[in-house]
Amino acid sequence: MAVDEGLKRELARTGVVTTTFEAIYNWGRRSSIWPLQFGLACCAIEMMATGGARFDLARFGAEVFRGSPRQADLMIVAGTVTKKMAPQVVRLWNQMPEPKYCIAMGACAIAGGPFKEGYNVLKGIDRFIPVDVHIPGCPPRPEALLHAIITLQEKIDHQHFTRLSHPIAREIDERPAEYPIPRLGKHDLEPPANPVVWQPPEPVRSLPIVGQGALAPAKEGKA
Amino acid sequence: MTEPAAPPAAPAGTPPAAPPAPPAPAKPAPPPGPLDLGPLVARIAAEVPGTAGLVAAEGPALVVDRRVLLEVMRFLRDDKTLRLDFLSNLCAVDWLKPVAVLEVVYHLFSVEKRHGPLTVKCRTANRTDDAVVPSVVSLWRSAEYQEREAFDLYGVIFAGHPDLRRILTWDELTDFPMRKDYRPPDNFEWEPTPHDEVLKRAAAHQAERREKAGG
Amino acid sequence: MRDVDEPVGAAPEPEPRYKLTPVESAFDQQQLEVSIGPQHPSTHGVFRMDVTLDGEVVTKLKPVMGYLHRNHEQIAERTTYLGTMPFTDRLDYFGSLANNWGYALTVEKLAGITVPERAEYLRVIMCELTRVVNHTCVAGFLLQDLGAWMTPLVWALREREKVLDVFESVTGARMMCNYFRFGGVRVDMTDDDLAVVQKIIDEYPAFLDEFEALMTKNEILQQRCQGVGVLSKELAISAGISGPMARASGVPYDVRKVDKYGIYDRFDFKVPLGEKGDVFDRYYMRVLEVAESLKILRQALKDMPKGPIQDPKTKIRNFRPAKGEAYGRIESPKGELGFYIVSQGDKSPYRYHVRAPSFVNLTILEDMCLGHKLADAIVILGAVDIVLGEVDR
Ligand code: SF4
Repeated sequence: MAVDEGLKRELARTGVVTTTFEAIYNWGRRSSIWPLQFGLACCAIEMMATGGARFDLARFGAEVFRGSPRQADLMIVAGTVTKKMAPQVVRLWNQMPEPKYCIAMGACAIAGGPFKEGYNVLKGIDRFIPVDVHIPGCPPRPEALLHAIITLQEKIDHQHFTRLSHPIAREIDERPAEYPIPRLGKHDLEPPANPVVWQPPEPVRSLPIVGQGALAPAKEGKA
Repeated sequence: MTEPAAPPAAPAGTPPAAPPAPPAPAKPAPPPGPLDLGPLVARIAAEVPGTAGLVAAEGPALVVDRRVLLEVMRFLRDDKTLRLDFLSNLCAVDWLKPVAVLEVVYHLFSVEKRHGPLTVKCRTANRTDDAVVPSVVSLWRSAEYQEREAFDLYGVIFAGHPDLRRILTWDELTDFPMRKDYRPPDNFEWEPTPHDEVLKRAAAHQAERREKAGG
Repeated sequence: MRDVDEPVGAAPEPEPRYKLTPVESAFDQQQLEVSIGPQHPSTHGVFRMDVTLDGEVVTKLKPVMGYLHRNHEQIAERTTYLGTMPFTDRLDYFGSLANNWGYALTVEKLAGITVPERAEYLRVIMCELTRVVNHTCVAGFLLQDLGAWMTPLVWALREREKVLDVFESVTGARMMCNYFRFGGVRVDMTDDDLAVVQKIIDEYPAFLDEFEALMTKNEILQQRCQGVGVLSKELAISAGISGPMARASGVPYDVRKVDKYGIYDRFDFKVPLGEKGDVFDRYYMRVLEVAESLKILRQALKDMPKGPIQDPKTKIRNFRPAKGEAYGRIESPKGELGFYIVSQGDKSPYRYHVRAPSFVNLTILEDMCLGHKLADAIVILGAVDIVLGEVDR
């Protein structure tokens, strides 16, 4: 950083604290992540348990659940996102001010989870909005949510707002202000995913039954 | 189809001549209870005009023709010995074989007399243009949302329902997703899971994508 | 007025989503349509109400649901019988063990399976613990809806954690226990676990007293709840209302007493009944039921025999019940939870339907809210005790 570490320590011994604006700014942000009070399904109960007396989310400054997206920094997608609910989730995300973060809590929010085969279940919220931390589990234990919050704090610590060339700063800077909200169509959501944030993965495993022949040309075509 | 199936609770070796035992938790077994289907069918035929031949006992259930459903249901609800005043459950079943029909199943209990359940079934004419049964909302309020659900997921049209709209899915949807021949939108086969069939479909998607990308 | 030159087929203006409808009333007020939810702190999940207001008074209320419709029934029609058991956990996620029981009971009825003694006792213990937790939390949520921000709820959650510790130690999971098997339960409870249960039961009355002294006697709670959302007995029966809500309206119906499923005929407990059928009765019914559940638990712990916990004849793999159908129901914390299963002799059911108590209990939400203030509507909804996983399935 700007001030040499050794010099910093030397100065601290004489009672002078040096820091950067950025560090203070990030310290403030990381210690007061206000989540949106927003429960979708079973995982939300564990989210409440995290806010309860035993696990005490307040230790991390993140217990101030806000009812309005305008006042929230963090969206914890806690539960199954159905297709009927997906437009609302994206709309809420659009209404949150930057810098904002998203934690996908539970197998359902990550990829549809146990209900993946359902016709009305969105197979992961990252088809529509960018996710910062994924917590697997069904439901994830409250400790896992705490771990996710700590992970997020680390991420915030490493964000440089003074250096726009930094990859993370650029990522936030280049984000669209609004993510397109899907429509409820005749059979499915339209579009079923936002291609800007999500691309279908390439199958990595070869087909044992169909044989190598089925996938071999695919690999060539890609190259 | 709905054949029967002796009620599972009954021991295997019941003499065939005995009338079918009442379904499920039949506590007052020895005297013929009010819900014994044989006598009940006869009573309905005698006491509700115009139902002769339209009500039958089939396995553990009472099958009522949709033309007389409302009258029979009203009788079941108001009769002094039956008093089935609690419509606990209403749901639809989709049958493809041997006849393609939608079947609505009602489970009736009595809060006053504490007996039940009586299973009543009512079938539509077919699964397409005449999937209509009369609505029982006028008899039991609890049918209101359950009929909407059956309409939403199966496409059973309940004639006389005050507000028949989709309830669980969205209004724009054109399918009836719980029907047996429903094909869900093709959007989870994209994921590489170790099921061979899914993987095969994923490979097909790959080819499609390459074509679109012009490769 | 239409201009002569205007093309007749012009697209009509799209209907605005929320419109102000002028009405004739004493003060020439306008009715206002408000959509509450699906993201709203007081709708207990993703539930939505389209409310029409005259000033602050509710004149129309239409519940909109399906925001958590996860196709449980269709998935169950594809999965094996046993494979559906963990899915039932996720129906009413506050009382997963009760759902397990409802499903296991129905399949046992379908296939004629018997359950050994000790397993029945374990089932009763787990299910009544669930009821205790559920009712405590409902009281906490209700008070939160009344504006007692956080404190009662955090209290309730604190007690819940103690019970969840038992669940975790026995089944391995805090919430999604997946504990029941056809013809028994999955694992036995050790003596240590039973000692913990005993301790919880012994300590609970003190907590209840404290809770009551602080909450039930609170004047604000009484003012806000008494006489609000009255539901008559006749309407309650006709609308299929069940559980504490029906009993608050004076309907003497408890599936534990009527069907005597499991071993509930052995226990001595009472079913509390309300008189007025208002929100206060519904709240108080839950407090009383917790006390009764504790009574059952005490008896069950005392009488529990030793022995096997699983019927050895029941097949675990390749379980295919014979053709037939069954409707089984239990008294879940929310009300009458029913399962309807049609078997065609396959490894998965041909038709699987859940009769969710909170779904049916919502039928008369509008009737209860009409004429009350909007803030009361929230409280009335809170007292219905819905869980969206069950409403939408
Ligand atoms: S991940 Fe599991 S616990 Fe969480 S919402 Fe999905 S089903 Fe419920």
